[in-house]
Amino acid sequence: MALPLAFFGVFFGYPVAAIVARGLKADGRWQFGRIGEVLGDPHTAEVVWFTTWQAAASTALTLALALPAAYVFARLEFPGKRLLRAVVTVPFVLPTVVAGSAFLALLGRGGLLDELWGVRLDTTVWAILLAHVFFNYAVVVRTVGGLWGQLDPRQEEAARVLGAGRFAAWRKVTLPALMPAVAAAALMVFLFTFTSFGVIQILGGPRYATLEVEIYQQTAQMLDLPTAAVLTLVQFAVVAVLLLVHAWTVRRRETALRLVDAARTARRPRGAGQWALLASVLAVIGLLILLPLAVLVLRSLDGPDGYGFTFYRALASAGDNGGTFVTAPLEAVGNSLTYALAATAIAVVVGSLAAAALTRRGGRLVRGFDALLMLPLGTSAVTVGFGFLIALDEPPLDLRTSWILVPLAQALVGVPFVVRTMLPVLRAVEPRLREAAAVLGASPLRAWREVDLPLVGRALAVAAGFAFAVSLGEFGATVFIARPDHPTLPVAVARLLARPGELTYGQAMALSTVLMLVCAAALLVLERVRTDRTGEF
Amino acid sequence: MNTSLRRALSAAAIAALGLPALAACGGSGSSGETDGGKTVTLVSHDSFLASDSVLKEFTKETGYTVKIIKGGDAGQAVNQAILSKSHPQGDVFFGVDNTLLSRALDNGLFTPYQAKGLDRVPQEFQADAAEHRVTPIDSGDICVNYDRAYFAGHKLAPPQTLDDLVKPEYKNLLVTENSATSSPGLAFQLATIAKYGDNGWQDYWKKLKSNGVEVVDGWEQAYNDRFSGSAGGKKAKGDKPLVVSYASSPPAEVVGMKPQPGEAPTGVATGTCFRQTEFAGLLKGAKNTKGGQALIDFMLGRTFQEDMPLQMYVNPVAKDAKVPEVFTKYGARPADSAALAPDKIAKNRDQWVKTWSSLVLK
Repeated sequence: MALPLAFFGVFFGYPVAAIVARGLKADGRWQFGRIGEVLGDPHTAEVVWFTTWQAAASTALTLALALPAAYVFARLEFPGKRLLRAVVTVPFVLPTVVAGSAFLALLGRGGLLDELWGVRLDTTVWAILLAHVFFNYAVVVRTVGGLWGQLDPRQEEAARVLGAGRFAAWRKVTLPALMPAVAAAALMVFLFTFTSFGVIQILGGPRYATLEVEIYQQTAQMLDLPTAAVLTLVQFAVVAVLLLVHAWTVRRRETALRLVDAARTARRPRGAGQWALLASVLAVIGLLILLPLAVLVLRSLDGPDGYGFTFYRALASAGDNGGTFVTAPLEAVGNSLTYALAATAIAVVVGSLAAAALTRRGGRLVRGFDALLMLPLGTSAVTVGFGFLIALDEPPLDLRTSWILVPLAQALVGVPFVVRTMLPVLRAVEPRLREAAAVLGASPLRAWREVDLPLVGRALAVAAGFAFAVSLGEFGATVFIARPDHPTLPVAVARLLARPGELTYGQAMALSTVLMLVCAAALLVLERVRTDRTGEF
Repeated sequence: MNTSLRRALSAAAIAALGLPALAACGGSGSSGETDGGKTVTLVSHDSFLASDSVLKEFTKETGYTVKIIKGGDAGQAVNQAILSKSHPQGDVFFGVDNTLLSRALDNGLFTPYQAKGLDRVPQEFQADAAEHRVTPIDSGDICVNYDRAYFAGHKLAPPQTLDDLVKPEYKNLLVTENSATSSPGLAFQLATIAKYGDNGWQDYWKKLKSNGVEVVDGWEQAYNDRFSGSAGGKKAKGDKPLVVSYASSPPAEVVGMKPQPGEAPTGVATGTCFRQTEFAGLLKGAKNTKGGQALIDFMLGRTFQEDMPLQMYVNPVAKDAKVPEVFTKYGARPADSAALAPDKIAKNRDQWVKTWSSLVLK
């Protein structure tokens, strides 16, 4: 527990505390009066209310649409499943500017809905909610599906044999077992949408503001640090309440489960019901995920003289024309992969140690630590980025210009994923297995290695995949600290989009497509690794 | 247990344990460079660009290598510099414009330095001529751009002035940016304040609002998604033929286009402009003062001044710097661009933005 605690203390707690303290302490005196002032402003109440309810609605909608998919991916076998599972994760890494623009093409004026039925959803809450589903679909599919695939179907079958109906068996046997994973997924989706920034700005327009948008404006544009500090504290308060509720509901539900090899639980669909379910899940994925992605690919190919690879060629020759502007795409891919691998390594090590510590011990302190690990997801990227800037500025911690800051910032977002994916599985491991190992003379470390690790290898792979995808797409904090000579893919895309011109716009779309392909390829490799391993259970 | 898994895990553990060492390497390496006096560090915003060849020429002339650190958009970069002023990230800051200048000066960000070659810069750009805390480097105009094809197709003359924009024939045609989140958005608001005065600008915006102005959060959405004249907007089926953008956007639209068209697809309404000047300054506490001074001198020199237009789409401030042909041919250089004193902007900016938000967004 010491390493994760130190990691979070130094790279999260200290920078955030520094920026908040800078805001609340002017001229050497604490300005607590500001707290009352900002909280008393009716605008603050509006923002908090909107932030919270849109996050709750987005979470509910994402669960409703993605839970059936979690089942389909866990229990049904169909051609192209592995590819599709990688593809649904792609939105997760897309820069919101890019994906938001694709969404506008479908939901906005002149979009598909507009042309078919005259319906426009841009600048409505629906556009925001649907985009949130688009981005977070994979969180539910992967977190819940990962556990679902490993639940022993014979338990549900036994309940059926004993006379329970299909639904009753599912509700009484499978659902309770799944609850921790569902709760974990819901928590992560909520936190992601709670701190939503780009989606709100692009699809909602200036009329909608979340706390994140407000903190960004106060910090980055107005330099009104006192207001930003108070809003950050409000954000913390809401997230803390949520984490407490989550911890309380989950504690009563987690139990040891029988886990089996996922490869053996999936079957070809049988009966009209399963076929219909499969078809409807595929339809949702097609409309909500594949269509926006397809729009981006089309735009990247739609050059000045018809469809072709003009923009890709322009990207490839980008290094030649002597500017410091466009980084050669291969270099950006290389940067992104290097950073993401480093971040994944950090997140997996820190996250697994934290998850192991959380399984092993109980007590209030540990639950507090569990909540602490989730806080970075619910904290504004601007707060963290600016916090890094003012906190890590003196030796031995002068990391502001060091490359390591980028993977560290990315790992902050990756660790919660590792913990949330590993924890339900680790807690499901029968403690008597560990006790038996101990009785037979194994040290705690050896017991963990021989008992827990083989069982959680698959969860580890899922967690690593997430940490990797998160790092690949992380933009918020990275944009503050990425060194200009080593931009990541999302940063390079944002720079292209910030300039006028047909060529740069096309290159931005082409580079986004490259980002999508890199992500899908990396996830496919991971999928392969994990099927290799599950054979050894 | 699977051996490859074990190997992967131990590799990960080694990576984790090795991290502090690596970080230490990176840290000491970079600070060593600065202490050695051979590197000069330039802190700027995301839009800063210069040709490699130009930066190499600087190294050849002075022996210093330039290291660049970029941090967000113009506002973010200035704020970051202010927040880290006790431990500045570099030696020179470039990219503070006249709308943010007072914030930087009031916070004591810069050490005075009178750059060589300042006599080639017209007085209108020298906002801090008395103390020389900052040196003007480039200027640009924020203006309404129009989609030529739309106005030709509708047999309508494109608007030329702010007054035109509230006329009924231009109803529902303009998209602009949120003053609170976008620097061109704020500049456009400032243009209206300069034109109609402290009392008149609010009435102007009321008229603009009832004439159907649309507001989006960022320049990217306005220009790439909503505006019908840009390459991105055409693909996104943008339906607004008027957008608040830069006077240099039309040349940017045709750069790299083959063959070069007779005129740019977009034009500039020259009576709607606000002039921004960008400054560079020597950061207080700079490790390499000499190198920083040399860099500021170089940025005022002809080589750098003539490189800027096609890199950052801005105009040089030095009188002797030539502007590339694509700029003169496709761009516009408005003669009577609006301007406001930096200290007046500093004093009123937050209130103006608040008033604007409640007037236009609510």
